[in-house]
Amino acid sequence: MSMKPNVSQAKYQSYLSGRQPTKPWFANAVRAFLTGGTVCLIGQGVQETFVHLFHFSEKTAGNPTVAVMIFIATLLTGFGVYDVFGQWAGAGSAVPVTGFANSITSAALEHKSEGYVMGVGTNMFRVAGPVIVFGVVAAFFVGLVRYLVVS
Amino acid sequence: MSGIGIFIAAFVVGGLICVVGQLLMDLTKMTPGHVMTVLVVAGAVLDGLGLYDPLIKFAGAGATIPITSFGNALVHGAMAETSQYGLLGLITGIFEVTSAGISAAILFGFLASLVFRPRG
Repeated sequence: MSMKPNVSQAKYQSYLSGRQPTKPWFANAVRAFLTGGTVCLIGQGVQETFVHLFHFSEKTAGNPTVAVMIFIATLLTGFGVYDVFGQWAGAGSAVPVTGFANSITSAALEHKSEGYVMGVGTNMFRVAGPVIVFGVVAAFFVGLVRYLVVS
Repeated sequence: MSGIGIFIAAFVVGGLICVVGQLLMDLTKMTPGHVMTVLVVAGAVLDGLGLYDPLIKFAGAGATIPITSFGNALVHGAMAETSQYGLLGLITGIFEVTSAGISAAILFGFLASLVFRPRG
Protein backbone atom coordinates (compact mmCIF):
# COMPACT_ATOMS: atom_id res chain seq x y z
CA MET A 1 0.00 0.00 0.00
CA SER A 2 1.20 3.45 -0.84
CA MET A 3 1.45 5.92 2.04
CA LYS A 4 1.01 8.84 -0.35
CA PRO A 5 -2.45 10.34 0.13
CA ASN A 6 -4.62 10.01 -2.96
CA VAL A 7 -6.69 12.85 -4.37
CA SER A 8 -9.75 12.31 -2.20
CA GLN A 9 -7.61 12.02 0.94
CA ALA A 10 -5.83 15.25 0.05
CA LYS A 11 -9.18 16.93 -0.52
CA TYR A 12 -10.43 15.61 2.79
CA GLN A 13 -7.35 16.97 4.57
CA SER A 14 -7.88 20.44 3.13
CA TYR A 15 -11.56 20.17 4.04
CA LEU A 16 -10.56 19.31 7.62
CA SER A 17 -7.85 21.91 8.04
CA GLY A 18 -10.24 24.85 8.34
CA ARG A 19 -12.66 23.01 10.57
CA GLN A 20 -10.54 21.36 13.22
CA PRO A 21 -10.46 23.23 16.52
CA THR A 22 -7.05 24.86 16.93
CA LYS A 23 -5.32 23.87 20.12
CA PRO A 24 -5.10 26.72 22.64
CA TRP A 25 -1.36 26.16 22.81
CA PHE A 26 -0.56 29.43 24.54
CA ALA A 27 -3.09 28.96 27.35
CA ASN A 28 -1.90 25.35 27.71
CA ALA A 29 1.70 26.52 27.95
CA VAL A 30 0.82 29.04 30.67
CA ARG A 31 -0.99 26.35 32.66
CA ALA A 32 1.92 23.94 32.23
CA PHE A 33 4.31 26.63 33.43
CA LEU A 34 2.30 27.49 36.53
CA THR A 35 1.48 23.92 37.55
CA GLY A 36 4.87 22.41 36.66
CA GLY A 37 6.59 25.28 38.43
CA THR A 38 4.44 24.73 41.51
CA VAL A 39 5.24 20.99 41.60
CA CYS A 40 8.96 21.85 41.47
CA LEU A 41 8.44 24.52 44.15
CA ILE A 42 6.90 21.86 46.43
CA GLY A 43 9.81 19.56 45.56
CA GLN A 44 12.22 22.30 46.60
CA GLY A 45 10.33 22.63 49.89
CA VAL A 46 10.60 18.88 50.52
CA GLN A 47 14.31 18.98 49.67
CA GLU A 48 14.99 21.91 52.03
CA THR A 49 13.15 19.97 54.74
CA PHE A 50 15.49 17.01 54.27
CA VAL A 51 18.53 19.31 54.31
CA HIS A 52 17.62 21.42 57.34
CA LEU A 53 15.58 19.02 59.48
CA PHE A 54 17.23 15.67 58.72
CA HIS A 55 20.73 16.96 57.89
CA PHE A 56 21.03 15.56 54.40
CA SER A 57 23.48 17.32 52.06
CA GLU A 58 22.17 19.12 48.96
CA LYS A 59 23.29 16.11 46.92
CA THR A 60 22.00 13.26 49.09
CA ALA A 61 18.62 14.98 49.63
CA GLY A 62 17.72 14.41 45.97
CA ASN A 63 16.80 10.72 46.27
CA PRO A 64 14.51 10.94 49.32
CA THR A 65 12.89 14.04 47.78
CA VAL A 66 12.03 12.11 44.63
CA ALA A 67 10.70 9.22 46.74
CA VAL A 68 8.46 11.58 48.74
CA MET A 69 7.14 13.24 45.58
CA ILE A 70 6.41 9.81 44.11
CA PHE A 71 4.62 8.77 47.31
CA ILE A 72 2.45 11.91 47.24
CA ALA A 73 1.65 11.42 43.54
CA THR A 74 0.71 7.77 44.14
CA LEU A 75 -1.69 8.72 46.94
CA LEU A 76 -3.26 11.52 44.87
CA THR A 77 -3.67 9.10 41.94
CA GLY A 78 -5.32 6.54 44.22
CA PHE A 79 -7.80 9.12 45.46
CA GLY A 80 -8.49 10.20 41.88
CA VAL A 81 -7.16 13.71 42.45
CA TYR A 82 -4.08 13.57 40.21
CA ASP A 83 -6.03 12.84 37.06
CA VAL A 84 -8.34 15.82 37.65
CA PHE A 85 -5.25 17.98 38.22
CA GLY A 86 -3.67 16.48 35.08
CA GLN A 87 -6.59 17.45 32.87
CA TRP A 88 -6.09 21.07 33.76
CA ALA A 89 -2.30 21.06 34.02
CA GLY A 90 -1.33 19.06 30.91
CA ALA A 91 2.43 18.71 30.72
CA GLY A 92 2.70 20.46 34.09
CA SER A 93 1.49 17.21 35.62
CA ALA A 94 3.14 14.80 33.16
CA VAL A 95 6.71 16.11 32.97
CA PRO A 96 7.61 16.17 36.70
CA VAL A 97 8.58 12.84 38.28
CA THR A 98 5.12 12.85 39.87
CA GLY A 99 3.70 12.23 36.38
CA PHE A 100 5.97 9.20 36.03
CA ALA A 101 4.52 7.82 39.30
CA ASN A 102 1.00 8.72 38.19
CA SER A 103 1.39 6.81 34.92
CA ILE A 104 2.51 3.70 36.83
CA THR A 105 -0.20 3.85 39.49
CA SER A 106 -3.06 4.69 37.14
CA ALA A 107 -2.07 1.86 34.76
CA ALA A 108 -1.86 -0.52 37.73
CA LEU A 109 -5.31 0.50 38.97
CA GLU A 110 -6.89 0.48 35.54
CA HIS A 111 -5.89 -3.13 34.91
CA LYS A 112 -6.49 -4.41 38.45
CA SER A 113 -9.59 -6.30 37.32
CA GLU A 114 -7.42 -8.49 35.05
CA GLY A 115 -5.54 -9.80 38.08
CA TYR A 116 -2.36 -8.85 39.87
CA VAL A 117 0.05 -10.70 37.58
CA MET A 118 -1.41 -10.27 34.11
CA GLY A 119 -3.24 -7.02 34.88
CA VAL A 120 -1.21 -4.97 37.35
CA GLY A 121 2.19 -6.53 36.71
CA THR A 122 1.96 -6.49 32.93
CA ASN A 123 0.51 -3.02 32.49
CA MET A 124 2.26 -1.02 35.20
CA PHE A 125 4.99 0.16 32.80
CA ARG A 126 2.85 0.81 29.75
CA VAL A 127 3.80 4.51 29.73
CA ALA A 128 6.79 4.46 32.06
CA GLY A 129 8.45 1.53 30.24
CA PRO A 130 9.48 3.45 27.11
CA VAL A 131 10.87 6.21 29.32
CA ILE A 132 13.14 3.71 31.07
CA VAL A 133 14.10 1.88 27.85
CA PHE A 134 15.09 5.00 25.93
CA GLY A 135 16.60 6.59 29.01
CA VAL A 136 18.89 3.61 29.56
CA VAL A 137 19.86 3.29 25.90
CA ALA A 138 20.60 7.04 25.66
CA ALA A 139 22.52 6.99 28.94
CA PHE A 140 24.60 4.03 27.75
CA PHE A 141 25.69 5.77 24.56
CA VAL A 142 26.22 9.14 26.22
CA GLY A 143 28.27 7.39 28.89
CA LEU A 144 30.20 5.46 26.25
CA VAL A 145 31.07 8.60 24.30
CA ARG A 146 32.15 10.42 27.44
CA TYR A 147 34.20 7.44 28.58
CA LEU A 148 35.98 7.24 25.22
CA VAL A 149 36.56 10.99 25.06
CA VAL A 150 37.87 11.23 28.61
CA SER A 151 40.17 8.19 28.46
CA MET B 1 21.74 29.75 45.17
CA SER B 2 20.22 29.87 48.59
CA GLY B 3 17.31 31.32 50.51
CA ILE B 4 14.28 32.52 48.58
CA GLY B 5 16.22 32.67 45.30
CA ILE B 6 16.42 28.91 44.93
CA PHE B 7 12.63 28.64 45.27
CA ILE B 8 12.09 31.20 42.52
CA ALA B 9 14.65 29.48 40.30
CA ALA B 10 13.02 26.09 40.97
CA PHE B 11 9.60 27.44 40.02
CA VAL B 12 10.74 29.19 36.85
CA VAL B 13 13.10 26.50 35.51
CA GLY B 14 10.75 23.62 36.41
CA GLY B 15 7.87 25.51 34.83
CA LEU B 16 9.83 26.20 31.65
CA ILE B 17 10.77 22.52 31.21
CA CYS B 18 7.06 21.70 31.47
CA VAL B 19 6.30 24.39 28.87
CA VAL B 20 8.73 22.67 26.49
CA GLY B 21 6.82 19.42 27.08
CA GLN B 22 3.45 21.12 26.55
CA LEU B 23 4.55 22.77 23.30
CA LEU B 24 5.83 19.42 22.01
CA MET B 25 2.39 17.95 22.73
CA ASP B 26 0.41 20.80 21.17
CA LEU B 27 2.55 21.76 18.17
CA THR B 28 3.53 18.22 17.15
CA LYS B 29 1.54 15.01 17.29
CA MET B 30 3.47 13.62 20.25
CA THR B 31 1.62 11.86 23.06
CA PRO B 32 2.59 12.47 26.71
CA GLY B 33 4.51 9.18 26.52
CA HIS B 34 6.55 10.44 23.57
CA VAL B 35 7.22 13.74 25.32
CA MET B 36 8.44 12.04 28.50
CA THR B 37 10.72 9.82 26.41
CA VAL B 38 12.15 12.76 24.47
CA LEU B 39 12.78 14.71 27.67
CA VAL B 40 14.57 11.79 29.32
CA VAL B 41 16.86 11.41 26.32
CA ALA B 42 17.38 15.20 26.31
CA GLY B 43 18.39 15.06 29.97
CA ALA B 44 20.92 12.30 29.23
CA VAL B 45 22.42 14.25 26.32
CA LEU B 46 22.56 17.51 28.29
CA ASP B 47 24.43 15.71 31.05
CA GLY B 48 26.78 14.25 28.47
CA LEU B 49 27.58 17.81 27.41
CA GLY B 50 28.12 18.77 31.05
CA LEU B 51 25.18 21.19 31.07
CA TYR B 52 22.75 19.53 33.47
CA ASP B 53 24.77 19.79 36.68
CA PRO B 54 25.06 23.59 36.41
CA LEU B 55 21.28 23.69 35.91
CA ILE B 56 20.73 21.66 39.11
CA LYS B 57 23.08 23.96 40.96
CA PHE B 58 21.10 26.97 39.75
CA ALA B 59 17.53 25.67 40.02
CA GLY B 60 17.57 22.82 42.56
CA ALA B 61 14.31 20.89 42.42
CA GLY B 62 13.39 22.84 39.27
CA ALA B 63 15.97 20.66 37.53
CA THR B 64 15.76 17.48 39.64
CA ILE B 65 11.97 17.02 39.70
CA PRO B 66 11.26 17.12 35.91
CA ILE B 67 11.76 13.79 34.14
CA THR B 68 14.84 15.18 32.34
CA SER B 69 16.72 14.59 35.60
CA PHE B 70 16.04 10.86 35.19
CA GLY B 71 18.19 10.84 32.04
CA ASN B 72 20.78 12.93 33.83
CA ALA B 73 20.82 10.52 36.79
CA LEU B 74 21.16 7.46 34.52
CA VAL B 75 24.27 8.98 32.91
CA HIS B 76 25.65 9.99 36.31
CA GLY B 77 25.29 6.46 37.65
CA ALA B 78 26.97 4.98 34.59
CA MET B 79 29.83 7.50 34.62
CA ALA B 80 30.51 7.05 38.34
CA GLU B 81 31.06 3.31 37.93
CA THR B 82 33.24 3.59 34.81
CA SER B 83 35.87 5.35 36.89
CA GLN B 84 36.05 2.20 39.04
CA TYR B 85 35.27 -0.68 36.68
CA GLY B 86 35.89 0.70 33.21
CA LEU B 87 33.40 -0.01 30.43
CA LEU B 88 31.59 -2.67 32.48
CA GLY B 89 30.67 0.12 34.88
CA LEU B 90 28.36 1.57 32.21
CA ILE B 91 26.13 -1.47 32.66
CA THR B 92 26.47 -1.95 36.40
CA GLY B 93 26.13 1.73 37.26
CA ILE B 94 23.24 2.86 35.10
CA PHE B 95 20.58 2.39 37.82
CA GLU B 96 22.88 3.37 40.68
CA VAL B 97 21.35 6.82 41.22
CA THR B 98 17.83 6.23 39.91
CA SER B 99 17.15 3.06 41.89
CA ALA B 100 15.33 5.02 44.61
CA GLY B 101 12.89 6.55 42.15
CA ILE B 102 12.19 3.36 40.23
CA SER B 103 11.92 1.16 43.34
CA ALA B 104 9.62 3.69 45.01
CA ALA B 105 7.41 4.00 41.92
CA ILE B 106 7.06 0.21 41.55
CA LEU B 107 6.48 -0.39 45.26
CA PHE B 108 4.00 2.44 45.82
CA GLY B 109 2.23 1.69 42.53
CA PHE B 110 1.74 -1.94 43.47
CA LEU B 111 0.60 -1.14 47.02
CA ALA B 112 -1.83 1.41 45.59
CA SER B 113 -3.33 -1.28 43.36
CA LEU B 114 -3.97 -3.36 46.49
CA VAL B 115 -5.61 -0.51 48.39
CA PHE B 116 -7.43 1.65 45.85
CA ARG B 117 -10.13 0.94 43.31
CA PRO B 118 -9.98 2.33 39.77
CA ARG B 119 -12.05 5.44 39.19
CA GLY B 120 -13.86 6.97 36.29
